[in-house]
Amino acid sequence: MKQLWLTAKLDIVESLRARWFQIYTLVFGGIVALLFVFGLTESRVLGFIGLSRLLVTYIQLTMAILPIFVLITTVRSVAGDREAGVFEYLLSLPVSLAAWFWGKIIGRYIIIFTPVFLAMLGATLWASWQDIEVPWGMFGYYTALLAVMALCFLGIGMLLSAIARSTDVAQGAAFMVWLTLLLFLDLILLGVMIQGKVSPEVAITLALANPLQVFRTAALALFDPQLIVLGPSAYVILDLFGVSGYKIFALIYPAALGLLSATIGYVLFRRGDLP
Amino acid sequence: MIQFRQLAKTFRRVRVLDGIDLDIGPGERVALIGSNGAGKTTLIRCLLGEYTHDGTVTLDGLDPRRNRTAVLGKIGFVPQLPPPLKMPVGQLIDFAAALCGAAPRRIADVARRLGLDIDAIATRQFVRLSGGMKQKLLIAIALGRDARVLVMDEPAANLDPEARKIFFDLLAERLTDATMMISSHRLDEVSALVNRVIEMDMGKIALDDKVADGVTLTSRLDCRIVLKRFEPAFAKALAGWHFTSSDDQLVWQGEVAGPDRLRFLGVVSRYTALVADLSLAERPQ
Repeated sequence: MKQLWLTAKLDIVESLRARWFQIYTLVFGGIVALLFVFGLTESRVLGFIGLSRLLVTYIQLTMAILPIFVLITTVRSVAGDREAGVFEYLLSLPVSLAAWFWGKIIGRYIIIFTPVFLAMLGATLWASWQDIEVPWGMFGYYTALLAVMALCFLGIGMLLSAIARSTDVAQGAAFMVWLTLLLFLDLILLGVMIQGKVSPEVAITLALANPLQVFRTAALALFDPQLIVLGPSAYVILDLFGVSGYKIFALIYPAALGLLSATIGYVLFRRGDLP
Repeated sequence: MIQFRQLAKTFRRVRVLDGIDLDIGPGERVALIGSNGAGKTTLIRCLLGEYTHDGTVTLDGLDPRRNRTAVLGKIGFVPQLPPPLKMPVGQLIDFAAALCGAAPRRIADVARRLGLDIDAIATRQFVRLSGGMKQKLLIAIALGRDARVLVMDEPAANLDPEARKIFFDLLAERLTDATMMISSHRLDEVSALVNRVIEMDMGKIALDDKVADGVTLTSRLDCRIVLKRFEPAFAKALAGWHFTSSDDQLVWQGEVAGPDRLRFLGVVSRYTALVADLSLAERPQ
């Protein structure tokens, strides 16, 4: 346990000094600041107003940025460390491979979740200060959604890092994964369905399996579960699960996917050459 | 103590280690030499449990891959290339000390003996240190704990002569309780440190020989060099060895660590035509 926390702490210290983390923090802090500057809390679109409008926009933007950011930075730093000889040295110290791998995941998780959460928390506190009504239920669920999103893509990133032997390959693979998930978003599935190339059942299954789509549906389902907002397969999914059922699914499934990916990554990491 | 049995490693159909059988006993100081690609680093990485391989590797009967913490707790490792760690020096020492069950103060003390003031650089990023400082710190981490096996890849390559002297003293203090494996491209770099030489070539052991060398790690040689004429480049080289000169800068005197004599003579050999007289006398211990 001591080795696990030591490794987690090490990863946090390393990441805090990395340029990617500074950009990452700036991006999410900047998004919230810009949303305030552009007066998003004053506008009303599709029923969203006040801080809820800001939060839903924030989570939509986060869904677009966070997955690729987490994937690329994770594979770059893990595979990059391996290439640069960091693994050769640090893994010559008496640390177990389980403590090393999972410690790295814990450290990195804290590093990627904290700025995203703090940006949202900052927006909420600012709204409270400005006497704007804070939708606490929405804030709580979005926090959980962000936590799960970070876990999901961190797990996939660690799996890719364990498989790829070089930074370039790992980075290319991460980009391909992200692109594939984008391709299977609801609105693109709709086009395929209209052309009659896939059955609605297949489209719905794909949408359910795609963590990006799961987050998108869950984020919007809280407010306006209309066809025009959600997209067709999300609408059907929501109809089948119900809002509460889907909200639970949207937390459990991506978390399980992330943990499963990380576990497979760990098994591969343990079996192969370390540096 | 350390046993390699039919050790083989293949990378993409290239056989880097080809059936190595080797026993290294307690207290042995082994020079692992060979050209690039001979298999030295791969052998070391197998011992550190970092590579999968065919055959077996054991330290005190334990497989480093299956018993990582037990085996690596006994090994102090100094890599050839320092890792580009962004963490502060203090953090690195604390991390290594906590994992190895050593006192950070002890590591700092070894570093101080090597001429590295840890308190002054504790908050500096490791990656921002000079090559020599990084090397001193990695040596301090390896020697500042009770490692029974010291595995070092070109450990003194980046050290100045003064730090090398202290490094040899530090190794001398561990002669009775540590087994050493020192990897190098060149035998003259490490010959004085070892009592056994293993030369590797194309993944096999090409030579395994005992070294009957009377050089002790703590010996000192008094050196006096008389030059025919002043040469700034040679003067700079001698100043690097902390030699002092006469007023006309033609007579130079200084001290050379016993294990460094070959390296020192290598430096002098570049200016042979300038040397009118040279004496090297071992100081009585």
